[in-house]
Amino acid sequence: MHYSGFRIFKEALTGHKGWGPAWRNPEPKPEYDFVIIGGGGHGLATAYYLAKEYSQSRIAVLEKGWIGGGNVGRNTTIVRSNYLLAGNEPFYEYSMKLWEGLEQDFNYNAMVSQRGILNLFHSDPQRDSFIRRGNAMLLHGADAEILDQAAVRKMYPFLNFDNARFPIKGGLLQKRAGTVRHDAVAWGYARGADLRGVDIIQNCEVTGFSIENGKVSGVETTRGKIAAKKVGCAVAGSSGRLMAKAGMRLPIESHVLQAFVSEGLKPTISGVITFGAGHFYVSQSDKGGLVFGGDIDGYNTYAQRGNMPTVEDVCEGGMALMPMIGRARLLRSWGGVMDMSMDGSPIIDKTEVEGLYFNGGWCYGGFKATPASGMAFAHLLATDQPHQTATAFRFDRFAKGRVIDEKGVGAQPNLH
Amino acid sequence: MIINHPLLGQRDAQEFTYLGDACLIDRPEWQPEGGLEEFTDYAYQRENPAGEHRELWFHEQGDRSWLVVTRNTLTHEISKVELATDVARARGRHK
Repeated sequence: MHYSGFRIFKEALTGHKGWGPAWRNPEPKPEYDFVIIGGGGHGLATAYYLAKEYSQSRIAVLEKGWIGGGNVGRNTTIVRSNYLLAGNEPFYEYSMKLWEGLEQDFNYNAMVSQRGILNLFHSDPQRDSFIRRGNAMLLHGADAEILDQAAVRKMYPFLNFDNARFPIKGGLLQKRAGTVRHDAVAWGYARGADLRGVDIIQNCEVTGFSIENGKVSGVETTRGKIAAKKVGCAVAGSSGRLMAKAGMRLPIESHVLQAFVSEGLKPTISGVITFGAGHFYVSQSDKGGLVFGGDIDGYNTYAQRGNMPTVEDVCEGGMALMPMIGRARLLRSWGGVMDMSMDGSPIIDKTEVEGLYFNGGWCYGGFKATPASGMAFAHLLATDQPHQTATAFRFDRFAKGRVIDEKGVGAQPNLH
Repeated sequence: MIINHPLLGQRDAQEFTYLGDACLIDRPEWQPEGGLEEFTDYAYQRENPAGEHRELWFHEQGDRSWLVVTRNTLTHEISKVELATDVARARGRHK
C-alpha cells in the first residue's frame, strides 16, 4: 500500500478499514542469501538498501525482541553532520543527504525536521577549533556557520551568557541538522524492506554461528538453524556479546548512556543546543518535552539503566546552561547500551571469518548514521568492497595507527 | 554504586574514576618477537563480557589507591574488591 494524503482522505471516508499491517510476520525459511542480525535502525536500513539499491533477494532480518526496541527507540533523535576528520565527515554528510530524501524514498513519515544544531563555544581557542571544524564541514559539502554572541542571543535569549566558568561567546550552527522521529525510522525501513520481500523475523535470538574452516554457513537461533551465504551483524550495544559467539574479541566496550525528557512545555527551543563544556545537550520534541542528555556513565555495562551521579551531572549542566530548566519537572529517564569503540568511531568491515560481516562501534552517534550505515553495510555485503564514504571504518585501523579519534583522547572508550 | 574499599570500607563510586578491564595490569613485554601484535591486542582488544567483569577503579577523591573490582555488567552487583597492588603482586607484576 502506498501512503499518501489521498490515501488518508479515502480511508477517512471508508471507515479506515483499508489499513493493513505495515509488515508481515513470516516464519523463518531454512535458507537465505543474506541474514542480517539485529532489527534496529541499522539492520533494517541494511536490509532495505540491499533489496532496493543492490537488487538482492532472499534476505532476512533476525531480531531478538521486537524491531526498533533497542537503541533506535532509545536515542535523543538528533541528526547532524558536524564532524572534523576526513574519515568521518564525508560519511556523515552522505547520511545527512539521505535523511533529507528519506521520507520520499521509503514512503513513510519519519518527521524529519531540519531545525538546526548549535554547538556553543566559550573561549577564543574553542572558537578557533569550531571555525576549523566548520571549514572542514564546508570542504566536504556540508553547511556550517559561525555565530557570534549577539546572533546566539537573538536565537536563544534565555541562555546563561554570563556564566562565570563558561560564558557563551558564540556557536557553530549547522542549519540542515535537526531531529527525526526515531521509531518511525525503524518502522519506515521495516515496511520498505518488507515490501521488497525481506523477511523480518522477530523474537528470534541468534545463539551461535555455524562456522567451518573459517567460513560461515549460517546461524543457530532460538527458532532453529538458518543457513546463509553471508551474515551481517548490526547489533551495536550488544556487539561484544554476539561476536563472542563467533570467537571474536572487539576493540569495543559496552557503556550506558542516559537520556531524559521533561514534562511537556510550550514551544521554547526551536533547534538543538549542545553545551559540550558542560556535558549537556537539549532539544524540544514536537509533543513539547525537553529532550536532553549528557555523558555516558563511564563504566562497562549491559544494563539498560544508569546511576544517579550522571543524572545529577546532566541536570547540573542543564541548570548552568539555561537556569529556567529548573522550573521544568523531569518526566522520565532511561538508558541505552552503547558500543564504545577505542577511537570513538564506528566499524563497518569484513571479519576474519569468511562471509561474516560486522557493523558496530557507533558509540553514542549511531542514530544520525542510520541511512548511510545501512547503505554502506549493504554495499559491503553485496559487493565485498567498502562503500566509498566508509573506507576508513576498518578493524585494522588500530593496528596500523590509522585511528579516527575526533576527540584525540586515545584508546579509552569511556572518554570518547 | 557502593564500592567496598578494602582499607576504607564502603565508598560511593562517585569518588572513583574508571579505567577499564583489569587485563590492563598484564602489560606485555615489548622486546620479544611479536611484541607489536601483543601490544596492539593489549591496547585495543577487550573481552567486554556480559556478566562478571574484573575492572580497574582509581580512588581519585580518596586515598588514590587502584582497586580491582569484580562487578556484574548486567546487574551492577559488586562481588569482590581487591587492592590492585595485591592482584599485581600475585601475578608477578609488582615488586
